[in-house]
Amino acid sequence: MLSDWRPTCSVEHLRLRAQVLAEIRGFFAERSVLEVETPLLSHGIGTDPQLEFFTTEYCLAPQKQTLFLQTSPEFAMKRLLAAGSGSIYQITKAFRNGESGRFHNPEFTLLEWYHVGFKLPELMDECADLIALLFDHRKPLMETQRFRYQEIFQRYTGLNPLEFSYRQYCAYALDNQLPEAISICGYDHAIWLDFIFSHKVQPFLGQNALRMVYGYPACQSSLARINEHNPQITDRVELFINGVELGNGYFELTNAKEQGERFDKELNIRRQRNAPASVKDERLVAALQAGLPECSGMAIGLDRLLMLLSDSASIDDVLGFPIDRA
Amino acid sequence: MASYSTNEFKAGLKVMLDNDPCAIIENEFVKPGKGQAFNRVKIRNLKTGRVIERTFKSGESLEGADVVDVEMQYLYNDGEFRHFMVPDTFEQYQADEKAVGEAKNWLKDQDLCTVTLWNDSPLSVTPANFVELAITETDPGVRGDTSGGGGKPATLETGAVVRVPLFVQIGEVVKVDTRTGEYVSRVKD
Repeated sequence: MLSDWRPTCSVEHLRLRAQVLAEIRGFFAERSVLEVETPLLSHGIGTDPQLEFFTTEYCLAPQKQTLFLQTSPEFAMKRLLAAGSGSIYQITKAFRNGESGRFHNPEFTLLEWYHVGFKLPELMDECADLIALLFDHRKPLMETQRFRYQEIFQRYTGLNPLEFSYRQYCAYALDNQLPEAISICGYDHAIWLDFIFSHKVQPFLGQNALRMVYGYPACQSSLARINEHNPQITDRVELFINGVELGNGYFELTNAKEQGERFDKELNIRRQRNAPASVKDERLVAALQAGLPECSGMAIGLDRLLMLLSDSASIDDVLGFPIDRA
Repeated sequence: MASYSTNEFKAGLKVMLDNDPCAIIENEFVKPGKGQAFNRVKIRNLKTGRVIERTFKSGESLEGADVVDVEMQYLYNDGEFRHFMVPDTFEQYQADEKAVGEAKNWLKDQDLCTVTLWNDSPLSVTPANFVELAITETDPGVRGDTSGGGGKPATLETGAVVRVPLFVQIGEVVKVDTRTGEYVSRVKD
């Protein structure tokens, strides 16, 4: 008889998930942030060259349409914001093709929220409050700290992440027994940063504590706003606990023209790499044209949060049915 | 030989890396939410035994290595090569000192062991976890002392030296754990 009908997580972890969901809903209810739902299936999809999506066929005879499973609810939520929803959150599934490992399942749960009127510092305060609420009575953490990306990168590597020096980065790779970095990263500053950060910085971030890293290099801005005082950095923040990337947030870009240009640039990169063609979400661009209120947004990987709360070594330990058993 | 993508790297998979046959030990998918995906892989070089870490861009692939473990009987040492035979087929292989390595300490004629073949020639030899070997040389020690405390060196018929309890004598057969090189017990006839 097959034994893989069974869930991979314990009943105890099912309960933990239910409790955490209830606490998150309480947290946002108290702050008057509205819970919303947006579609999992959509006509447009993110253009991020690093995100692979699932496509599916919508058949309404005689028509057939390609729809996408969302990689995050960001675009739809921003359309709600532009329509005057006020601050909103949702707990939803997101899908990323080809992502599978100890910290990845191609279908996973995101907590995503947007707080109208918040800039990055207030968003970071709110993250710290939420994490404290969830961890304090289960697994108390040490004091939260915030670091600028440049500062933390330099501290662990001695390299300046904002100025790309091919020679210095190569020398660093050779000195640190990572010669393969040179052929993988080439002259691509952003990939160098991903490589070095994930090998030499991230593993040390937040031993039993929340670490927030903000002010990412502008080449890694995605949908964040460029900092108004320093064009080399972007108003983006990432959360780490025990070296695990837990969340990503932005002081959101509201400029429709700039957003449209970034989409086109990313679509171009996708074409160059022969990545599956993505369909630019014109409705999001139209929403930004109508006007997105100033806001900051954060997305937290809920499954990873549950891993940290339960000291689980693998995401499978907190999922009922990971992809192999789905 | 087929090639394998980083997604297929599982513990035990044998692949070619830098022209040497290697075995995957561990494979971790690393991906910043908004960044490039990598696989950090722990690999053992099967020629040297060294374990290294190497990062690949996710989706890269390596050629498979034709490496298999075969149970064989150790036949004899001709001075230059050691000779092995597959019991079922009588197929014979010869391995040089480099391939035999540390296993030479534990190989007794007729004993079964595992020979790792790469492109059908011996790459390494792994003895059974426990072997029984006769003592050819050791100090007389103290008769009647069965405490096992202290101990003394003893040379085995293969030439290996292990620490044995004081009461063990020349000519006796002892059981040894080849993974640690430690004495386990006396073997009584």
